[in-house]
Amino acid sequence: MTWPLNNKVLYGTILTLTILAPILFPNYQTQLAYLWLMVLLAMTWDIQGGQSGYNSFGNIVFFGIGMYTTAVVQRFMFYNFDEYEKTAGTLDSISASDYVLSLVIGGAGSALLCVIVAIVLGSAVLGLRGHYFAICTLGLSIAAGEIAGGIDFIGAGSGMVTPVFPDGLGDKGIFFYIIFFVLVAACHFTLKKLYGGRFGLALNAIRDDEDKAEAMGLRTTRYKAVAWAVSAFYLGIAGGAMGNLIGFIDPIATAFAGPTFGVWMVLMAILGGKGTIWGPIIGAMVFHVTQELFWTYLFGWQRVALGAMIIAIVVFFPQGIMGFIRERWPHLMGHTVDENQTADKGKEGAA
Amino acid sequence: MWDNINVLVQAPIFNVQLLIDGVLIGAIFALAAYGMALVWGVMNIINIAQGEFVILGGFVTWWFTVQGMNPFLGIPVSFAVLFVVGWIIYKIVIRRVVDQDLFISILATFGISILLQQLMNVMFDSDVQTVESGLGTYFMFDDTVTITEIKVVGFVLALVLGAVIVTFMTKSKLGQAIRATAQNARAARILGINTDRVYAVTYSLNAAICGAAGALVVMTWNVQAFQGLAYTVRSFMIVVVAGVGNLPAVVVSALGLGALENFAGFILGSEFQMAFIFSLLVVILVWRNFRLKKHRQVLR
Repeated sequence: MTWPLNNKVLYGTILTLTILAPILFPNYQTQLAYLWLMVLLAMTWDIQGGQSGYNSFGNIVFFGIGMYTTAVVQRFMFYNFDEYEKTAGTLDSISASDYVLSLVIGGAGSALLCVIVAIVLGSAVLGLRGHYFAICTLGLSIAAGEIAGGIDFIGAGSGMVTPVFPDGLGDKGIFFYIIFFVLVAACHFTLKKLYGGRFGLALNAIRDDEDKAEAMGLRTTRYKAVAWAVSAFYLGIAGGAMGNLIGFIDPIATAFAGPTFGVWMVLMAILGGKGTIWGPIIGAMVFHVTQELFWTYLFGWQRVALGAMIIAIVVFFPQGIMGFIRERWPHLMGHTVDENQTADKGKEGAA
Repeated sequence: MWDNINVLVQAPIFNVQLLIDGVLIGAIFALAAYGMALVWGVMNIINIAQGEFVILGGFVTWWFTVQGMNPFLGIPVSFAVLFVVGWIIYKIVIRRVVDQDLFISILATFGISILLQQLMNVMFDSDVQTVESGLGTYFMFDDTVTITEIKVVGFVLALVLGAVIVTFMTKSKLGQAIRATAQNARAARILGINTDRVYAVTYSLNAAICGAAGALVVMTWNVQAFQGLAYTVRSFMIVVVAGVGNLPAVVVSALGLGALENFAGFILGSEFQMAFIFSLLVVILVWRNFRLKKHRQVLR
């Protein structure tokens, strides 16, 4: 017996649910947009943490850079800088087509900048191993927030305001819901393609034994940098959209939000099962719902609950949901359990 | 920024002030860093909750002082309270991650850290707290350099505490067991050392050292529930520069970091002080890697 759903049925079901969800739950449209954002965060983190074994706390940096880049591009397109300073954020509304155009240009700019940063930064940082890398990226994400909070050009500690969402584009929640879903879909198929080929195998080889991979002639740092650039690309665009969805960018609380989004993306991927293609998606959905419940019912204690949850997940459930399923019902995954089989993790779900 | 450098060039006496302040503060960093090196060396765990232990130690001292206790008694009291806290955390969480992948322990201690942050926030409020030690100030060089007495006392106490801990590690039976476990846990177990207990003591001792450091921090500086991570990062940097298990180097690099941070805070402005610490971490790690790379043949 193999995976009970074939690809067409699976993707058809997901697409149907995606279209139905905002219609069935009209009060939760923004929440659903966040849900897809979370899925994207978990997926992009998994490229480092799951596939190549590099546990990064620093992916949030690209999210923040994207957010700021898009906002700055929009500011330059529509507003005189001095005027903007004087009005202190009370902005005129702009036309729908201009808004979409600014999002596209801003998104492209963010993606480009993030990719460049990922390659430049990556060639320095990705040479670090294990816990040195983890702590270094943790420092990176916090340093980025602190530095952004000191730069006057992007509003320093008092943050930046993004353009008001214009009339004529329908509901704001739905608009971003679609954007994030398209991003997730694009990212999913990119990753599927990448993991299916030499690139995915190279990343897995780096995870399993980097020294051996190097000895076999893989240019490991280059592969890692490219993988980081893929993450950065999607995170940059997502960050730009996120800034517009929230409408206000705080350097530490929204843009370089290490203690929230930065850690959540790690947790979501681990909860779902890192190193799998569906794990981060499932993990993100489960986590997002849980986390929203914490924020709603345990406000003031939400970080305590979150901390306890982190501990519970990593201590008692490190293999994640997908890992649990694989262990429990290996036949569902379409392959027999082989102790040495670690390189094939990216492929389950395929018929 | 250039104005501030200019001030330092024009009035060299400011350099003395910054240097002394920084070195005195650095001794307190050395305590937390030594605790981190201990846990890292013995258990192979990088304790992200290090900073929260320091802050918690500060809050314990603050709380008892508000109840009318002499602030200097806060050092042993925080030491004892944090020892118990460390023991509880070890029994619930750390025991289960000792033998696991490093990343698991990093995430687990990160979880502990954010849990403690908000717990402290709920218990002691989100205000910045400080404790008046009731000591005076020294004036030097025609009153241009001022040194608060408490900083000197903190410096001396930190060094004394460090010396006591080192003596404990080398002379006492338990300290020797800890060092044996660090060298080879399996061999230690075979020779009849209860490594689980050794780990428990190590982790609790680390928490206790941090607690004592926190008591000094709250008297010389201040504490706030969400400030912890900076202390973790400082400890980590100090240990990375000094090397695990090299105590004199830990002290020297801690004093150096204290001075460096003080100068950076003055030159760049205080809003960039945190940014400086975290950027310095990245720079140190990259630089270290660059130096290691010279000795390794790698594909680029």
